[in-house]
Amino acid sequence: MNEISVQFEAVSKRYPHFVLENIHLKLPTGSIMGFIGANGAGKSTTIRILMGLVHQDSGQVHVLGHPMPAGQAAAKRDIGFVSEDMRLYGPATLAWHMKFVQSMVPNWDAPYAEKLLQRFDLKPQQKIKGLSHGQRVKAALLLALARRPRLLVLDEPTTGLDPIARHEVLGELMAVLADEERTILFSSHNTQDVEQISDQITFIDRGQIVDTDGKEVFLDRWRRLRLQLQPGAALPNLPGIIQVGGSERLPVLTINCFDPAMLSACQRWGATVQAVDSMTLEEIFVANVHSRREQVTA
Amino acid sequence: MHSEPILSQFVISQSDARPMYLQIMEQIRQRVAVGEWSPGDEIPSIRQLAVATRVSVITIKRAYLELEREGVIVTQHGKGSFIAPNPDLNPRIYDEELDERLEQAARLGALLGLAEDELAERLREATTRLTENQTTESTETIRETV
Repeated sequence: MNEISVQFEAVSKRYPHFVLENIHLKLPTGSIMGFIGANGAGKSTTIRILMGLVHQDSGQVHVLGHPMPAGQAAAKRDIGFVSEDMRLYGPATLAWHMKFVQSMVPNWDAPYAEKLLQRFDLKPQQKIKGLSHGQRVKAALLLALARRPRLLVLDEPTTGLDPIARHEVLGELMAVLADEERTILFSSHNTQDVEQISDQITFIDRGQIVDTDGKEVFLDRWRRLRLQLQPGAALPNLPGIIQVGGSERLPVLTINCFDPAMLSACQRWGATVQAVDSMTLEEIFVANVHSRREQVTA
Repeated sequence: MHSEPILSQFVISQSDARPMYLQIMEQIRQRVAVGEWSPGDEIPSIRQLAVATRVSVITIKRAYLELEREGVIVTQHGKGSFIAPNPDLNPRIYDEELDERLEQAARLGALLGLAEDELAERLREATTRLTENQTTESTETIRETV
């Protein structure tokens, strides 16, 4: 058994107007990775390389133990893939699609497919062209899930879904993880979804990985410190200050490697710590990307 | 083994500013406190609880590790997690948080030039206000119900 389901090592891909550079990723089997980035950050390109749909210029990619793109035929037997630009056949019904996929894959789980029809509130006799956006996403997800793949790769699975459908989809993704041999990688710009269900979090911006870590560590090391300084005093010399906001006497520091010992360090410096705020994933993402972009332009 | 209805009653609040693992810890402690889960009872596995609450495995794992450290649960490898024989329900994390906030209060007190007993008096007033508020709230609830 492979302990790592997806591994990227120094992967790069050049386009005339976009460069994906030096991507490193490691996704342990049995966990979910949320892949967060703005539109055009490189999420879909990374996912296409993972699927062998786009070939990297340099670097190694291993998926379920198979080197990509060379081993893609073998790897894809165990991968369920859903992306926004995947089209189902409009004039046919969902039932037709289910039969079609069933005829092609060995592991199709018919009772599970029936269960998913109910949970997703889908009607098999309905034609694809008559479905709403949310219903199409759920239909595509059903077709991928019922194959019982060891790895699920989902490009923006919750984008454009109403709250009810999103709730159903997130619940079903978590249910997949009840089996610790299964792994999920999903991209999203909805940080709330990612914060709730992900074990691993990766930020990508402008073709580069900005940060990647376990979720709990991620949330633990980011804090905002609200300080009060004596007139004319300088900022305390703390490691990992990402942003400085607020005013001269009342600075607000955003820190990416927080440690409670910093609070006594501030006291010794003569600064009063007025508050220590934890941050949501969205706040962390925005602060992270802004500071990165400023560094690049500076 | 616990069935799904029991599990699904774990409710995570997204408007609660506390991290999700703390919310999970508190809800488990409360179940023990009211006697729904007794010492020696097997509790859901990390993955079962993750699926039921739709919260990542890594978060539930952290909650279980902290509860283990606090002596509320015990985990036996290969067997599962159980409520400890004598669960310690005094949440150490709140204790630390209280110390932190009291230090903050002491600092603000110094900033305002308050003497020690003046600060203590303010704390007593705050406690009284809290009790009064709680009484008014419950009276209102009763009125609404009536």
